[in-house]
Amino acid sequence: MATTYRICPRTGLQFDTDAEKLMRWNAVAGVLALLLGGIMAVGVVLTRWPAVHLLSAETFYMVLTAHGIDMLLFWIIFFEMAVLYFASSTLLHCRLATPKMAWLGFWLMAIGSVMTNVAIFQGESSVMFTSYVPMMAKPHFYLGLILFAVGALIGCFVFLGTLVVAKAEKTYEGSIPLVTFGALTAAIIAIFTIASGAVILIPTLLWSMGFIQEIDTLIYRVVWWAMGHSSQQINVSAHVAIWYAIAAIVFGAKPMSEKVSRSAYLLYILFLQLACAHHLLADPGLSAEWKVVNTSYFMYFAVLASMIHGMTVPGAIEQAQRLKGYNKGLFEWLRKAPWGNPAFSSMFLSLIGFGFLGGISGVMMGAEQLNMLIHNTIYVPGHFHATVVIGTTLAFMGLTYFLVPVLFRREVLFPGFAKLFPYLFGLSMYIVALVMMGAGTLGVSRRHWDMAFAGSPLAYEWPGAAYLMMGLNGVFGTIAIVAGGLWILQIVFSLLFGKKLDEGELRNSPIPLTLPAPTGGHAAHPPATPGTMVLALVFLVSFILYYFVNWKYLSSLWGLA
Amino acid sequence: MSAISPPEQRIWWKAPLDKLEFIWIAIAFVWSLVMFVMMIWWHIYGNQNLANVVSKTTKEMYAAKTQAVVDKYTVRTETDKQIPVVKPPAGSDIYLIGRLWDWWPIYELEKGKTYKLHLSAMDYMHGFSLQPQNINIQVHPNYDHTVKITPTQAGTYSIVCNEYCGVGHHAMVGRIYVK
Repeated sequence: MATTYRICPRTGLQFDTDAEKLMRWNAVAGVLALLLGGIMAVGVVLTRWPAVHLLSAETFYMVLTAHGIDMLLFWIIFFEMAVLYFASSTLLHCRLATPKMAWLGFWLMAIGSVMTNVAIFQGESSVMFTSYVPMMAKPHFYLGLILFAVGALIGCFVFLGTLVVAKAEKTYEGSIPLVTFGALTAAIIAIFTIASGAVILIPTLLWSMGFIQEIDTLIYRVVWWAMGHSSQQINVSAHVAIWYAIAAIVFGAKPMSEKVSRSAYLLYILFLQLACAHHLLADPGLSAEWKVVNTSYFMYFAVLASMIHGMTVPGAIEQAQRLKGYNKGLFEWLRKAPWGNPAFSSMFLSLIGFGFLGGISGVMMGAEQLNMLIHNTIYVPGHFHATVVIGTTLAFMGLTYFLVPVLFRREVLFPGFAKLFPYLFGLSMYIVALVMMGAGTLGVSRRHWDMAFAGSPLAYEWPGAAYLMMGLNGVFGTIAIVAGGLWILQIVFSLLFGKKLDEGELRNSPIPLTLPAPTGGHAAHPPATPGTMVLALVFLVSFILYYFVNWKYLSSLWGLA
Repeated sequence: MSAISPPEQRIWWKAPLDKLEFIWIAIAFVWSLVMFVMMIWWHIYGNQNLANVVSKTTKEMYAAKTQAVVDKYTVRTETDKQIPVVKPPAGSDIYLIGRLWDWWPIYELEKGKTYKLHLSAMDYMHGFSLQPQNINIQVHPNYDHTVKITPTQAGTYSIVCNEYCGVGHHAMVGRIYVK
């Protein structure tokens, strides 16, 4: 096990050389998938912009399939592998377990993602991210997804193995850090996700090869969503861990209470997966009791967990800032935050957007009866662009600004653009999410090539406001894509041409983490967080109002029983 | 020490809770219970609940049942495609077919009367999206899903397909008249 350890001179973090290389390759593969998904986004946005209507129907559905899969699976899961290796080997100061297996996992993921993309661009696998049966794709479309999933599964086990190594080799004292705990949550959810994926994609592959006659559509949807939605729950756990990590790195923030934050993660492990049921609320064949129990994540315990993280992350920042003396009034701690530091501004925009836009809309549309208002409308992509783009992707992008000097040892070029980027990208995505939800509330369909229904004898005329909102979606979607494209250029240029930074000390053995000696009695009482509480209450009031407005809307519909 | 390091206190689970943090957890928990009860309450007192009356069927069986209703109650046809407009008596079973790429037939219903609407697909999955009401229901092949509907306002309603069903998906629109 001859690996070496590098002590980063800028952060003091310790990197196992094998793990570091894996993190770099996974992060780069993720960004390549983001690039491809971003180019596809151009086609999607410009076709759904009624005034532009760029692509033909056939190309549009192909591009939309690629956009969904490259963004929701490949970009995010590659990046998450890097996060898992960081949260285990780097934060626990230990070697990575079985680096060769980790490389096998990486290459399976790489081959799988290329294979599925090839299948899509050959044109006969435009079946969308969800690939609902009985619409059939080519066998290598499913095979690529399966290889990718197996690779990711190997990565999860390498992560778990690394936790065991750290424990056995006593590289740390006490409990694993909160961020590692969050990554562990993500890994546990990922294993559930991938197992569900195997259960449904392997029979689907056999069906597309002609070995199985038929796959029941309802069973497909139930099991597929155990993968499809759970994969997004990996993101939630991972990006919440990154919120805590960025708060720790930028402010030295300490969790308000380890007990509360860890219990909230435990609630995720126990209840978050039930959210898969959200996709099945408008389906026949599932009882109302089943729907109510599952869609509420069993009495909303997972929503409770997110509301807890939503308060404890800014709360930890407020405490850290108040300890530094930013004590005036309710919000000096927030006003004097480093708004020009892209890691912080990305994280904060991610937190607010995820909570207000993604969280509230997600719970609303996840209520059993309310779901009928938005099922399969463009409200749904509105919701998940708030969670996955503003929540996860923006947090990952912000973290990347931190990773370029630390992991790639290069200076970030164009620091002025870095300051601006989170606002340009984040705020235009806020608008994109909002107008999609607006258009969805008016009924506009998702995955739909032409809102004018060209060629239909019974065409329906959408209200003007729906056209306006889809137009705004085109404008702000384009701005977000340009901003995202510039971000990719900036990162690639920095990696290639940024000033090389000092590598730091290389060692043959890791330095174990030790806890400071007990000080006797409790440390000074941390300051109260009234500013965060006010923000939390504003959130709660918006949540309650929006929730009941939708019940009012529902009550005006035709009677259904 | 921070969130990226092991907790400073080894026995972190005994550390006392922050007061505001505790209050927020209590508020959030109560709100979670309210939302949970809301769905159950609506099942008892609300007028918009999706029924779960469903049976396995086959494409041929379902098509035959639909044809029987169309043969019996068609009052006229519309458009170049001669789509039958069917006016069934209040309270009866009405069958709607979703297929590549139309909803068939057109129904003419009476305001305030209740009908048993059956939904099934002939090929891929489809999405029943009633506009401008915005009622959205997933439609599966081989499942006959029965929903009791009571139109409350007169007018011309469209059924848009909102489950992707191939290259002609955008042209899949049907109609319901309420008089």
